[in-house]
Amino acid sequence: MSLQSSANEPAIELVGIDKKFGAVHANKNINLSVGKGSIHGIIGENGAGKSTLMSILYGFYHADEGEIRIQGKPVTIRDSQAAIAAGIGMVHQHFMLVENFTVLENVMLGAEGGQLLAKGVAGARKELKRLEKDYGLEVDPDAVIEELPVGSQQRVEILKALYRGAEILILDEPTGVLTPAEADHLFRILQVLRDQGKTIILITHKLREIMAITDTVSVMRRGEMVATRKTAETTVAELAELMVGRRVLLRVEKGDANPGPVLLSVKNLTVKDGRGVTMVDDVSFDVRAGEIVGIAGVAGNGQSELLEALAGIRKPVSGEILIDGKPVEAADPALLRQLGLAHIPEDRHHMGLVLKFEEYENSILGYHHDPRYGHGAMLDLDAIRRQAEEQIEKYDIRPPNPRLKTANFSGGNQQKIVVAREIERDPKMLLIGQPTRGVDIGAIEFIHRRIIEMRDAGKAVLLVSVELDEIRSLSDRILVMFAGKVVGEKSADADEQTLGLMMAGIAA
Amino acid sequence: MSTASVPLPAWINYGVIPLLNLILAFFFSGLVVWAIGENPFEALNFLIQGALGRGDAIGFTLFYATSFIFTGLSVAVAFHAGLFNIGSEGQAYVGGLGAALVALSLDHYVPWYVTMPFAVIGAALFGAAWAFIPAWLQAKRGSHIVITTIMFNFIGAALMVYLLVNVFIVPGKMAPETRTFLAGGQLPKLDWLMALFGMKLGPAPFNVSFIIALVMCYLVWLLIWRTKLGYEMRTLGVSPTAAIYAGIPYVRTVIIAMLISGGLAGMMSLNAVMGASARLQVEFVAGAGFVGIAVSLMGRSHPVGIIFAALLFGILYQGGADLSFEMPNITRDMIVVIQGLVIFFAGALEYMLRPAMVRLYQTATGK
Ligand SMILES: Nc1ncnc2c1ncn2[C@@H]1O[C@H](COP(=O)(O)OP(=O)(O)OP(=O)(O)O)[C@@H](O)[C@H]1O
Ligand SMILES: [Mg+2]
Repeated sequence: MSLQSSANEPAIELVGIDKKFGAVHANKNINLSVGKGSIHGIIGENGAGKSTLMSILYGFYHADEGEIRIQGKPVTIRDSQAAIAAGIGMVHQHFMLVENFTVLENVMLGAEGGQLLAKGVAGARKELKRLEKDYGLEVDPDAVIEELPVGSQQRVEILKALYRGAEILILDEPTGVLTPAEADHLFRILQVLRDQGKTIILITHKLREIMAITDTVSVMRRGEMVATRKTAETTVAELAELMVGRRVLLRVEKGDANPGPVLLSVKNLTVKDGRGVTMVDDVSFDVRAGEIVGIAGVAGNGQSELLEALAGIRKPVSGEILIDGKPVEAADPALLRQLGLAHIPEDRHHMGLVLKFEEYENSILGYHHDPRYGHGAMLDLDAIRRQAEEQIEKYDIRPPNPRLKTANFSGGNQQKIVVAREIERDPKMLLIGQPTRGVDIGAIEFIHRRIIEMRDAGKAVLLVSVELDEIRSLSDRILVMFAGKVVGEKSADADEQTLGLMMAGIAA
Repeated sequence: MSTASVPLPAWINYGVIPLLNLILAFFFSGLVVWAIGENPFEALNFLIQGALGRGDAIGFTLFYATSFIFTGLSVAVAFHAGLFNIGSEGQAYVGGLGAALVALSLDHYVPWYVTMPFAVIGAALFGAAWAFIPAWLQAKRGSHIVITTIMFNFIGAALMVYLLVNVFIVPGKMAPETRTFLAGGQLPKLDWLMALFGMKLGPAPFNVSFIIALVMCYLVWLLIWRTKLGYEMRTLGVSPTAAIYAGIPYVRTVIIAMLISGGLAGMMSLNAVMGASARLQVEFVAGAGFVGIAVSLMGRSHPVGIIFAALLFGILYQGGADLSFEMPNITRDMIVVIQGLVIFFAGALEYMLRPAMVRLYQTATGK
């Protein structure tokens, strides 16, 4: 239905957009037209230039060349204020909310309307009510942001944009941090928005989502817009191939596991979070050499804290962690690394990487005392850069420049930096949290294959992911966590329904 | 905001922008001078002449710069580890005690070049010791280092006055200071260095500690960018959570960083105590510790930047003194205002010109 209208009147047109960052040509002569009242998907490999293009549209970057037209009229978007004035709203991947403000305060922030707050507050409350009613965006206006689940926080971001009169909404990888249920909720909202005539641009790596919700979809590859399709007339396989430029295996192939002795063992582990709430409650399990144990669960049910406790980042309240049968003495990440434990953390921006460092500096994070990287007190920069270059080559990290600041790599490439570092250490045990969050399908295939290789080489792998598909396709055994407890164990061929019910705490 | 991540070439970042900032600072200082009825160009001329016009002027400028290099390095090292050490002033003051004790014990027996290494160690040890308690409190108890180091500046000042008035004072003299060190406890002047350029040092106390300061610049550079410890400090400084993930010990890293920082501050006393006055006096630091904060900020916590920033502040100090002498209307306080403007533009407003530069650069390069 909306395809009709999209053909008629474009809400946004990008004409000949070009952007270079030094030697990196992030956007090459991009032409794109998005119809009013439609949902337009943009897909592409990590580093293809999607976020850059959206940042240009939102005024964060300036195009070196090209023109932006909104509702047919050419506009110059100097900064985000100009973008808002032009009716463009953006929901960032990393939320831009004031954590200890309420929903209402966040929505009003920067649009208070006058010197006296009270009048603005009343007006805003009314407007918020209306937006909620019109678009099904229910959130409590008086809830404090930090106490809201991620999905609701995202809704606040959308509300913020709508409150400012956005007609065009850009969402950059909005589902990366959401549980499947939250993602479904988001899509329902997006559909309502579209039906009310709003225009939506959605960037995602999940082709399933593209197929489910978009009207049209464009594919970017290495800075170029290589194809645009009507979603109804394309297939996942075609899109994948357009994106990567070759056929992609959408499902990992793996042989049977060959479990050896127990390498990592957890006994009656209890972990509390910073506020003293018990997040992991008396959990016990083993991970053997040569097997992948997956931990399934809705985000926030203790998986993150479990992973952190195992990595030595968070001190357990009680219980034991054994490696090779010997209890681990202290919660100390350095000690655990020495014992052969590698850790791909869930949060690459705060833990896995120092974004201000150059790439090569991150390639040794946690391993900087290794004699390979320098004797005595000194670092051997040549050796470090050499091995960084090797990792870049092997993991196809783009752009292939170890001297580039890590923050300037695209999200997926940042993840590859972490994965490369941890896997290339050839550890005995590997803890993995959300390994493919924000990673393109080509790279997912690659990372999944590496993980399976690790297993086949006799490593013990513990995998935490909110992507049930990922858990199911990689794991040899699946543990389901709910409310801090392991509520059951299933084999890899368990069906989605059963797991789903267990994750919801309904069945065991 | 929108241009913050657009890369600019180094010559703009480290050349054009600081220069423009400086010009702005001088422009506004000029307005201030003009407002009180003096001729800004004349004032500028006095300032430059006073700082760089003669051999002894240059000597004084370099003498001040030497102190600022030490304190600038001190602030920078802590800053790289994410610590804001406001206590360089007090650490330098107490460091003077270390230097003086070494000088007083050795100057009868050995020549200066034997005393010097011990004095360096003594000054650094005492400075580091003064940084230790705030460091420990920060690392173990989470007491904020800004607060504790400020407090220790006061405690250090009180302690030194007590010692000078009650312990070190020369019997029968009024001034709270130690006896004058013999040649074996003094750091010789660098008149030969000035002579190389055909200039006379005159009475200026420009001395060997300048060379020590340059060596420290190199060592700090090595520490921060070439050692494992420096890597750990920088990781902690920019991402405490990544430091935890990487297994970098917080307590140890904080304490070591502060000890090094305090040690560098302590070495400032070599210049003032052993190089200039040849005795330990009250308040010999005279604000150099605080200037170090500005120097480090302006020099982007990089030793090379710190050398340039220290020279600039040396010029302002020395030239400013001359200026207020030549133009009595411009009091010492006015000079402080001018220094403040320099700090304001070069340090605090570092990013003010950046967006405009990015746009200019983009248009100029046709991108
Ligand atoms: N500020 C910057 N400085 C230098 N290079 C940059 C900068 N921002 C982005 N790039 C580079 O531009 C290219 C495109 O990056 P962009 O973030 O747009 O990719 P993306 O398609 O969003 O990827 P992902 O799916 O991984 O998020 C990458 O090679 C990236 O390294
Ligand atoms: Mg992106």
